[in-house]
Amino acid sequence: MADKPFIHPYIPNSVPATKRAMLDELGLGSVEEIYAEIPDRLRFRGTLDIPPAIVAERDLERHCMDLLNRNTSSEDGLNFCGAGCWQHYVPAVVDEVINRAEFVSAYCGGDYSDLGKYIARFEFNSQLGELLDLDGVANPIYDWGDVCGRAFRMASRLTGRRRVLVTDTMSPMRLAEARTLCQPEVMPTHVKIDFVGHDPATGRMDLADLGRKLGDDVAAVYWENPGYLGFIEDQGAEIVRLAHAAGALAVNGVDPITLGVLTPPGSLGVDIACGDIQPLGMHMHAGGGCSGFIAFDDADPRYAQECPLELYSLLETETPGEYAVAEALPDRTSYGARDQGKDWVGTASGLWTIAAAVYMSVMGPQGFKEIGETCIARSHYAAKLLAEIPGVTIRLSPAFFKEFVVNFDGSGRTTAAVNKALLAKGIFGGKDISTEFPGLGQSALYCVTEFHGKEAIDTLASAVTEVLA
Amino acid sequence: MTETPAQKVARLARLRRDGGVLRDYHAAKWNEPLIMEQSVPGERGVVVPAPEPAVEAAVGKAADYIPKGMARAAAPDLPELSQHQTLRHYLRLSQMVLGMDLGSDISEGTCTMKYSPKMHEELIRNHKAADLHPLQDESTMQGLLQIVYDCGEYLKSISGMDAITLQPGGGSHAVYTNACVMRAYFADKGELPRRNEMITTIFSHPCDAATPVVAGFKVITVMPDENGYPDLEAFKAAVSEKTVGCMITNPEDTGIYNPQIDKYVEVLHDAGALAFTDQANANGILGYARARDAGFDACHFNLHKTFSSPHGCEGPATGAYLCTDELARFLPVPLVTKVGDRYHLAYDRPDSIGRVRGFLGNWMGVIRAYAWIRSMGPEGLKEVAEISVLNNNYLDNLLLAVKGVSRPYAEGHRRLDQVRYSLAQLKEDTGVGTEAVRDRMVDFGIQSMWMSHHPWVVPEPFTPEPCETYSKADLDEWAAVIKLASDEAYADPAFVNDSPHAQPIDKMKRLESLEDPDQWAFTWRAYKRKVLGKA
Repeated sequence: MADKPFIHPYIPNSVPATKRAMLDELGLGSVEEIYAEIPDRLRFRGTLDIPPAIVAERDLERHCMDLLNRNTSSEDGLNFCGAGCWQHYVPAVVDEVINRAEFVSAYCGGDYSDLGKYIARFEFNSQLGELLDLDGVANPIYDWGDVCGRAFRMASRLTGRRRVLVTDTMSPMRLAEARTLCQPEVMPTHVKIDFVGHDPATGRMDLADLGRKLGDDVAAVYWENPGYLGFIEDQGAEIVRLAHAAGALAVNGVDPITLGVLTPPGSLGVDIACGDIQPLGMHMHAGGGCSGFIAFDDADPRYAQECPLELYSLLETETPGEYAVAEALPDRTSYGARDQGKDWVGTASGLWTIAAAVYMSVMGPQGFKEIGETCIARSHYAAKLLAEIPGVTIRLSPAFFKEFVVNFDGSGRTTAAVNKALLAKGIFGGKDISTEFPGLGQSALYCVTEFHGKEAIDTLASAVTEVLA
Repeated sequence: MTETPAQKVARLARLRRDGGVLRDYHAAKWNEPLIMEQSVPGERGVVVPAPEPAVEAAVGKAADYIPKGMARAAAPDLPELSQHQTLRHYLRLSQMVLGMDLGSDISEGTCTMKYSPKMHEELIRNHKAADLHPLQDESTMQGLLQIVYDCGEYLKSISGMDAITLQPGGGSHAVYTNACVMRAYFADKGELPRRNEMITTIFSHPCDAATPVVAGFKVITVMPDENGYPDLEAFKAAVSEKTVGCMITNPEDTGIYNPQIDKYVEVLHDAGALAFTDQANANGILGYARARDAGFDACHFNLHKTFSSPHGCEGPATGAYLCTDELARFLPVPLVTKVGDRYHLAYDRPDSIGRVRGFLGNWMGVIRAYAWIRSMGPEGLKEVAEISVLNNNYLDNLLLAVKGVSRPYAEGHRRLDQVRYSLAQLKEDTGVGTEAVRDRMVDFGIQSMWMSHHPWVVPEPFTPEPCETYSKADLDEWAAVIKLASDEAYADPAFVNDSPHAQPIDKMKRLESLEDPDQWAFTWRAYKRKVLGKA
């Protein structure tokens, strides 16, 4: 073996005879003559500090699986943590489609040669538009927090104003992402983020506080539905009215899985909606399943013109009955206009949009209604069982969709201690929010979806009972 | 138009000349209606679990928990379709996608379309990777954290940098991260907003110009000199006490390695500014040149380009951002750290820029990159670079022999991983430009070629990148397509301009609607209203 050259299975032209033939065509003795383009002072002559190759596929697979097997997945145990990445069931047909080599391995091919990708993308936009009740849906990018910041900047461009009001129950993680995009105060193009308070009993926005803080410098009012803390915000129409009266835009962050049963942003008069499509058929992938969308009311063309993400429009061909899809308004993106573009676009989350298209198709109106009803019923069942445990209370509005705040103050235990004890029983407890929202005491944000049957919920309740006993 | 038997014989003869490397191809054509058009009221694709009777008995009806005014009034107008019909629809769509696994993506230069090993897909689809919650206790994801940590160490070695984050959700996102890190560095020194100008070059990716603006900076773009290098004198003139830094590529889209790149960095450092290099395409220099050795303070890699993670119809992707110790304290939270043999997520980092992405990032890409690097080892990575460069020069030799093709700039210098060519001569001679050739080549099962980012500094551009994945036969085939398109352009330009001829659909029309608010339709509901005139 030692004197035989190793031919890597991913590098066909490493066969010496091939290499020699190609060099001969070029009149070169070795590739080193091409690398003479890199001056010696910039050449790396050392050896990279990387372990030797694991050349056999089976050996590499075993090595990698040995590492991954050290993880405990939510299939191994029970997971009740959500907080922006939620465990919903992924129908097998969704994975079947997005595991197709054509979709997995495609990139930015042409309108004709990648037609199926563009049609799937349009079908995604169309179905999400139906859920949201909005005509304008852009091609998604990184995640909800990112599109929050982009929506704030879009609202700022549309209004010429540089302050946004956000609910103070907003996800702190999303807020952190939005802050990075809105720039620190020292920058002249900073967009200021101010907070609107909430009713401590329910979590709903304090509209009196909103009224006090609105002014002619406010570009947008932002709230989430359901709120990060799980409650359903039922004042959306009034928030829209107050925002519009002040000349501000209404920007609503929304979990689209709720929209089979909850009033969609378009029906509330929202100007810009944003959120995450992860619940629509994505595995959690340790957060990698997230992908953020922006949608808007297309009645005013300026929304499309200021939208920072790619837009795709349906076309026809010279043959009657054929459709095509092409990018609309490409000159306004960073690909078209470089530093004059609206924010930037890049490789984002194309495969997830195809997964979501399949998911929305198989679910249909009936599936979305049912999943909404099951999430509500099972999460309330879980909350009811947990509330019966001595020392445990449920905080905030009794109207929630799949997430709710569980408080342990009465037990004398910290949330961290409860979660540690649950972990020993193979249960991932709710997200510890005692640092993020100290006003809620020792609390955790629990998530129960259609994924969790009664048995799983009963197991959780028994475990919490034992932990607190 | 149906081909006559005689025309078919003549066409196949053209394909098979010169050793016959071109294929008689036609894309799958399904004439498939949109899924919204296939809806049959009452059909359904999947059944959702219903609340158990005991659950309903305990809590009553779900509707009772929806506040007044928040219950959806009308059901969403989604398709109603059985499972097989839905699956079939999307499989048909997949067949009308010329993915890299099927075709030849040499065409997509600047994208490094390399083979993504299938075993890696098995890894990321396993529940030990796919079904992890990002907030689960770090003790329950030690395997994943080790992979991410070790992959970070490898990328540090490849770049020469000291620190890394794998949080960005793509290459442009990593480039944006750099703009934020540089912003934090100068905020810390009290030099904002005095320093407010970022320098890039026209042959660097558009994100190098766009993301600094989002971070709040002005952008100065340096144009190439007569040899295609960023004009050093113009670069020097652009640097001042206002300069934040540079965000540039090397080699640029032209494929020309700038041998004086360290001089540009020195000019910046002398002015107290920082230097970042965009290494989305590092394929030609792996193990041969490192960003740090040229003096750069930071760089990035796209794990979905150089490091084999598949492109997935444009994401999800992973950007690796690397920097020196001096900038490390500004990296986003959390970072993966190692103490003894345990791996941790470090959140307590007061100088951090905060977050660019939620949770941890797209670590599917990291798992794949880790596996790929382990499959290569240090010698294999150099082999990747060497064969990429050899392939590119071999293809270059073939393409420069094609009538109508030219290669602007730096005569006498070899390119590394890719080349920006021009079809200006072909256009002048025949009226057939690069867009028509792009649309013609897909008729041979070759992905449509990437031309150039805007603006087109090189007229009628195209930019192939034949990375190590491709065999000599693949390169010959690609060059033969360009040769055939050129021959056709000189013989029958209208035929090329009418391309494509073997695709799922006919030529697109009503293109003016893409800029017209009364006609553009981003959703089916908008199309029904605006185009079909149905509410």
